[in-house]
Amino acid sequence: MTVDSALRRTPLYETHLDAGAKLVPFAGWEMPVQYDGIKEEHIAVRTHAGIFDTSHMGQIEVEGPGSLSFLQRLVTNDVARMPVGGAQYSLLLDDEAGVVDDLFLYRLGHDRYLVITNAGNHDADLARFGLVARDFDVYVRDARDNYAMLAVQGPNARRIVENTLHIDLPPRMKVGARQIGRRPAIVCGTGYTGEDGVELLIVPEIAPAIWTELVDSGIVPCGLGARDTLRMEVCFHLHGNDLSTETDPISAGLGWACVESTGFIGSDRVAVMRANGTDETLAPFVIEGAGIARQGNPVMIGEEVVGEVTSGTFSPSLEKGIGMAYLRSDLAEPGTELEIDVRGKRRMASVSSKPLYRKER
Amino acid sequence: MAEASYPEDLKYHPEHDWARIEGGEATLGITWYAQDSLGEVVFFEGPEIGSEVTKDQPYAEVESVKAVSDVVAPVSGEVIAVNESLADAPEAINADPYETGWLIKIRLSDPSEADTLMDSAAYAASLE
Repeated sequence: MTVDSALRRTPLYETHLDAGAKLVPFAGWEMPVQYDGIKEEHIAVRTHAGIFDTSHMGQIEVEGPGSLSFLQRLVTNDVARMPVGGAQYSLLLDDEAGVVDDLFLYRLGHDRYLVITNAGNHDADLARFGLVARDFDVYVRDARDNYAMLAVQGPNARRIVENTLHIDLPPRMKVGARQIGRRPAIVCGTGYTGEDGVELLIVPEIAPAIWTELVDSGIVPCGLGARDTLRMEVCFHLHGNDLSTETDPISAGLGWACVESTGFIGSDRVAVMRANGTDETLAPFVIEGAGIARQGNPVMIGEEVVGEVTSGTFSPSLEKGIGMAYLRSDLAEPGTELEIDVRGKRRMASVSSKPLYRKER
Repeated sequence: MAEASYPEDLKYHPEHDWARIEGGEATLGITWYAQDSLGEVVFFEGPEIGSEVTKDQPYAEVESVKAVSDVVAPVSGEVIAVNESLADAPEAINADPYETGWLIKIRLSDPSEADTLMDSAAYAASLE
């Protein structure tokens, strides 16, 4: 296998190689797609605990007296609703309300925020932050190289992290400063799998030791393959698949993350779309019977193209093909029967409700 | 199977497919290298019995969680059997790619085509 030398590597690159991970290019990074197998890793997260290297994700620090008004202008959610120590999902839009990126914001102090970006969008995000920051009393700093990021997810994740690293963990959707490996760390009760768990932002030098300590405590190393199947089962969006500058928040079902009264860039357009509805709606689907739909497959009713799959995979929990597709909005109701053209073969599918996978209680 | 293996009684195609040629018939499948590159196979759907497969042309697809891959025919012929057990247990392609993980059987239309295929040593060398 040839590997592009321009690809970036996380501080855990050698650790992944030593563990026998399969590495693939992803958003400019050389990342582990799997260790022992996507299905096993997926099931480990659903039933026990898994650890992901998410150090490819970017960080932007926002600080200063104008932080709140700056972020209210820049991102879609109501940042004022987030207390110190809180976390919030939000969107970064362009002037036409296209989705530049989806973000997690952490409020670290009264006038201090940390923004988590997607790897492939980090530079574009940073440029947009810088541009809008000119009008505010705020300091924006690229912090991507300051952090390694580990996501530990699954029903046993918290317990093992607490016992292994000897720290108490913030509750779900909260963030706190901690010491990990005698170095400052940020610990967040967030994730991308639909399971309970935490995300750890640590200094890059200690990442291999912390990773190894957690894996030695029984947490299963997981790659981007399982990260993708896990997020799809719970209908979390992936920018580049389900979101892009060609899609808007309302069609994507992310109206809940937009508060137009804050006056964010694109809020006028979002308000109109929310009031009038959109031509297309992103909807989850399940394949009935055999077959696995993939990104780009056309959705059909008879000979008419009525949508397009933006994410599709095999669900290890449901053991069938699942995914999400932009559909003509009148077809996006759960129960609607569809056909998906999978490389020339028609596969029966039906629109489902979110999430596709629900934990048994 | 965890360890790479390329049995000596098989013939190999550069697209990582094998043929076990017995008289005028051949059993076809994908190699250890192919299944390892693909990852856990979750779906295989064979061609129709009675249809023709053509040397060097794709005749079916195998899908892992992450990706789909064409399966190329190492030799030409008419499909006389499809491994139906793979519908419920496609993971046999990973666990046992040369025995229980076979894909189809064909009646050879041109037995001399087999001469163009590699033996085990040549195929293993091509992977170096």
